[in-house]
Amino acid sequence: MVQEAVDVHMESRNLVVRYGNRVGVGVGGGVSLPLYRHRITALIGPSGCGKTTFLRALNRMHDLTPTARVEGEVLLDGENIYAPGVDPVLVRRRVGMVFQKPTAFPTMSIYDNVAAGLKLVGIRDRKRLDEAVERALKGAALWDEVKDRLRAPASGLSGGQQQRLTIARALAVEPEVLLMDEPTASLDPISTQAIEDLLLTLKEQVTVVIVTHNMQQAARVSDFTAFFLNGEMVEFGPTELLFTKPKDPRTEAYISGRFG
Amino acid sequence: MTAKDLALKRRYRTERLMMALVALGTLLAFLVLFLVLAYALFQGVGALNLDFFLKDMRPPGETGGGLRQAIVGTLIVDGLGLLIALPFGLAAGVLLAEYPDHPVNPYLRLLSDTLNGMPAILFGLLAFILIVKPMGGFSGLSGAFALGFLMIPILARSTEGVLSLVPKEIREAGLALGLPRWRVILSLVLPTARAGLITGVLLAFARAAGEAAPLLFTAFGSPLLELNPLKPMDTLPLRLFAFAISPYEDWHRQAWAAGLVLFGLITLTSLLARRASRRRF
Repeated sequence: MVQEAVDVHMESRNLVVRYGNRVGVGVGGGVSLPLYRHRITALIGPSGCGKTTFLRALNRMHDLTPTARVEGEVLLDGENIYAPGVDPVLVRRRVGMVFQKPTAFPTMSIYDNVAAGLKLVGIRDRKRLDEAVERALKGAALWDEVKDRLRAPASGLSGGQQQRLTIARALAVEPEVLLMDEPTASLDPISTQAIEDLLLTLKEQVTVVIVTHNMQQAARVSDFTAFFLNGEMVEFGPTELLFTKPKDPRTEAYISGRFG
Repeated sequence: MTAKDLALKRRYRTERLMMALVALGTLLAFLVLFLVLAYALFQGVGALNLDFFLKDMRPPGETGGGLRQAIVGTLIVDGLGLLIALPFGLAAGVLLAEYPDHPVNPYLRLLSDTLNGMPAILFGLLAFILIVKPMGGFSGLSGAFALGFLMIPILARSTEGVLSLVPKEIREAGLALGLPRWRVILSLVLPTARAGLITGVLLAFARAAGEAAPLLFTAFGSPLLELNPLKPMDTLPLRLFAFAISPYEDWHRQAWAAGLVLFGLITLTSLLARRASRRRF
């Protein structure tokens, strides 16, 4: 890892997410977790441990779930995104998200998918759109495969290509932070490899937070790792340390494959 | 033969019996439809000729003529009704499906279910009070309003149903791009559901096309072709009703023919609807 000063880009403080009366994440005083600028932070843990719930709190996606309530703070460059008066739409423009299932917009062409975030907020300048689409597709390592059929329907792409398309779509609006919820869970090993390679170049531009079920993936790509268990964040640290010298016996049990 | 074999055999027997009952029930349902169609065909096909589509009706006692004024009137009144119903029906459907936690939704849902089951003639009564009385006379427009009222709850529920089939991921992906909710609905959710929305619209149109009751004291009927919706207008179900209760043999035949044309119109609309819905997304 490059030894340079790392600063905190985003940070959760005592974050608790409840669904009705059930605590989704934040057991034991809430989650306090720094997310370092231009670094990849992996969230690992068994199913139902709250890692996705935590991730979705970082760009206010829980606003859409009527039963969900968020307590505590999430700071983006020091500003609490849950402070009154903060527009979640503006937060999401800075904090993008890629989901587990590749979700190309089925009615749109490849070009329109990538341009969607710009076009639908009223940007009409052809040249600017063309440039943004090309840059985003190159950034997502998809340009060479689709540059000759930008007008073709996006639904014709393979699963792995669609997932890179959704990454390109997220990149096109130039977010500062990219949240990824198991982005390779439904992909074959080759597409997974392509996306993992991509992550390493992406972090030069954006801060990445990735939820993954796959510990090898976390070890391969991330700089920092947080381990979640039963709604609690058990341990956080530099990935190398967490995987070689875990402090908590539960972390050790999980990474050595004794459960989960 | 063991007890297990016997039990299995009994299950197969029950299965065959149930299949037979289901098949019989289906057959009976189709038989009724077939009889109606066959009888209408038998009675009305004689009156179906080019004149039927190209000429207006003749005075009582005279033979010949057609029902051009009713066919054109049906399309105009029903079409206008659809235009009136569309914005309200779609908006209500969007509210129900896209804002599930909105406080008015339980009432809206109850209301649209009640309206769906309301006798159609009451929609005519409403249009009579709201449009015919203030305007001082019967008109195609008031008929369009009556049919529009009838279509709103149908459109609302079909829109709600279709929108709820759009994967949640599409909405989340849009919101995650920093798009406002209304923009996500307008530019991502509605286009994704387009085929289903068109199906709903066509089925509402077909349903209203067959209604006579709401038009009795609104569109009222007219023996001559009328293109001005501010004047009384004829429609096929209205004319069918008027002819069917008349004492004239020739009009009876034309009533059957009107039924056939109506049947054809509705079948055509339903076929179009199926075609639209087969194109997924």
